[in-house]
Amino acid sequence: MDRLWSLKDVSFGYGTTPVLQEVSLELRPGHCYGILGPNGSGKTTLLDLLSGLLAPQSGTIEFNGRFLHSWPKKHLAQQLALVPQDFMVRFGYSVREVVEMGLHPHLHRFATPSSEDLALIEEVLELTGITTFADRSVTRLSGGEKQRVAVARALAQQPTVLLLDEATSNLDIHHSLEILQLIRKRFEQQGMQVIAVMHDLNLASFFCDHLIFLKKGHVVCQGPTEEVLTPETIATVYGVEAEVTPNTFTNCRQVSFRLPVNP
Amino acid sequence: MNSRSTTKTLLLLTAILVFAVALAATLGFLKVSIVDVATILFAKLTQQTLHAGIDPIAATVVGDIRMPRILAAVLVGGMLGVSGAIFQAILLNPLADSYTLGISTGAAFGASLVIVLQIFGLVLPPVVSVPIFAFGGAIGTLALVLYLASGDRRLSSTSLILAGVIVAAILSAAIGFLKFLADEQVGIIIFWLMGSLSGASWQNILLLTPTALLGTMVALFYSRDLNIMATGDRAATSLGVHTVRLRTTLLTAGTLLTAVAVSVSGIIGFVGLIVPHMLRHMVGPDNRRLISLSFFTGGLLLLFADTLTRAVLPVEVPIGVLTALLGGPFFCILFKKRQKDGTTTF
Repeated sequence: MDRLWSLKDVSFGYGTTPVLQEVSLELRPGHCYGILGPNGSGKTTLLDLLSGLLAPQSGTIEFNGRFLHSWPKKHLAQQLALVPQDFMVRFGYSVREVVEMGLHPHLHRFATPSSEDLALIEEVLELTGITTFADRSVTRLSGGEKQRVAVARALAQQPTVLLLDEATSNLDIHHSLEILQLIRKRFEQQGMQVIAVMHDLNLASFFCDHLIFLKKGHVVCQGPTEEVLTPETIATVYGVEAEVTPNTFTNCRQVSFRLPVNP
Repeated sequence: MNSRSTTKTLLLLTAILVFAVALAATLGFLKVSIVDVATILFAKLTQQTLHAGIDPIAATVVGDIRMPRILAAVLVGGMLGVSGAIFQAILLNPLADSYTLGISTGAAFGASLVIVLQIFGLVLPPVVSVPIFAFGGAIGTLALVLYLASGDRRLSSTSLILAGVIVAAILSAAIGFLKFLADEQVGIIIFWLMGSLSGASWQNILLLTPTALLGTMVALFYSRDLNIMATGDRAATSLGVHTVRLRTTLLTAGTLLTAVAVSVSGIIGFVGLIVPHMLRHMVGPDNRRLISLSFFTGGLLLLFADTLTRAVLPVEVPIGVLTALLGGPFFCILFKKRQKDGTTTF
């Protein structure tokens, strides 16, 4: 299949305030998409629409050849996993218990996880480097550790699409890179699609092969990272002056910015 | 998590509960040996006539007076425990129970209203009217709270708790006014508000048993979904949980449990709050274990309190007062200890 997602003239607003206006997108499998834009441009709303948490007020979203809202929630959950920005868990569930919640859409109501399921849990615990504190309570973890638990839970869901909502925004650079790298590894191994809302242009350039720029609820431009990550785009979207240079150290395009100087 | 050890624990708890029920039946003004209690109950269950050698008065006291009260204590305690576990899990608040949502206050208002109406000459058979009004008050309150919170499409726990607090405040004032209207006969309302199991009958048991079963089954059916709710609405939705439907279903189940329990026993505080809270601390927050354990522990706790006031204390203290007096300080200790341990998140 050449398109996994097809959005046509999707609009959404809260009350009378429009947040997204006539967004049309085609997203193909096997790619890593970055959704970028200033605060309030509708990035997170777009992700909520894709995850089915919100329904578009007009326009249509097709996923895998079927209208998104016509998918039973459970079937959708077998294919889409979300890593939220601040993964918080109330009550003192252990890390392992939280990661096992990822199996929920694949298990019958009263079924207990099979030995293969448990092996999968061990695998994602290992992959995300949280095996050592698997039996600790999630409420006692640091922000970086908690995000890794969120990623592990999403991977345990064995999704075909991984949605990231500023999953690394509150983390330091070391933890951000660690999490993005492990997602990237999984992405390359299993060819799942990744759609990531991001703030940091340099991280997006490092992580995503396609970028979608939003501004005031409209798609300003989209395409392969090396084509659309340009000083012109950044000036239009963010209103800052930028210099984009290929960087041999990180092996991707890197951006430096400054506020426009009045002539 | 291990289902075999959970089954073992449940079997053990059932055995303890049966033993506690039999033991409680021996206690009271008239002492009856545990063997006689077993014989009387066996005869009653199998509809056989009692053989000679057993005091017929003892048979009546155990079979028709003590037994319904004891079973009512177990069922009411269990129902309050399960409803507390449901409310805490669904509102993501370890201090929530039917009070937080105003449901108990709604039930109390319904009961007070009918008592005042009776004082003013409304003729209704008292066995029917108080329970029905209490139930109506509870359901009406839930409906109002849900309506107030429904402006928020996702029915978040914050909106629900806020709506519950507002409605409870209004209802408390209304109860105060009803007490004022009741004037000299205010004692009837106060007695009911303090809770008592002394009037429990076999008819009550016939009402309590199916409700307790239904409510607990619904909660167990959704226990895994309830666990996932702890990760927040967005994460829960992405795992295929219908968050709004789940909240509505379980709030209704929790209200049904509370309302029917309250309609039989009056207001009994702290059981619904403390039992699931304490258990979560002991066995972890997994609702697949917590819900059934809450039933047993709540049942045992209320049976203990009721037997204490019925058979041990020189004067019968209203059970709601006793649970609050026992539970309150215990809860304070738990709360302080928690702060010392540095666990701010419960």
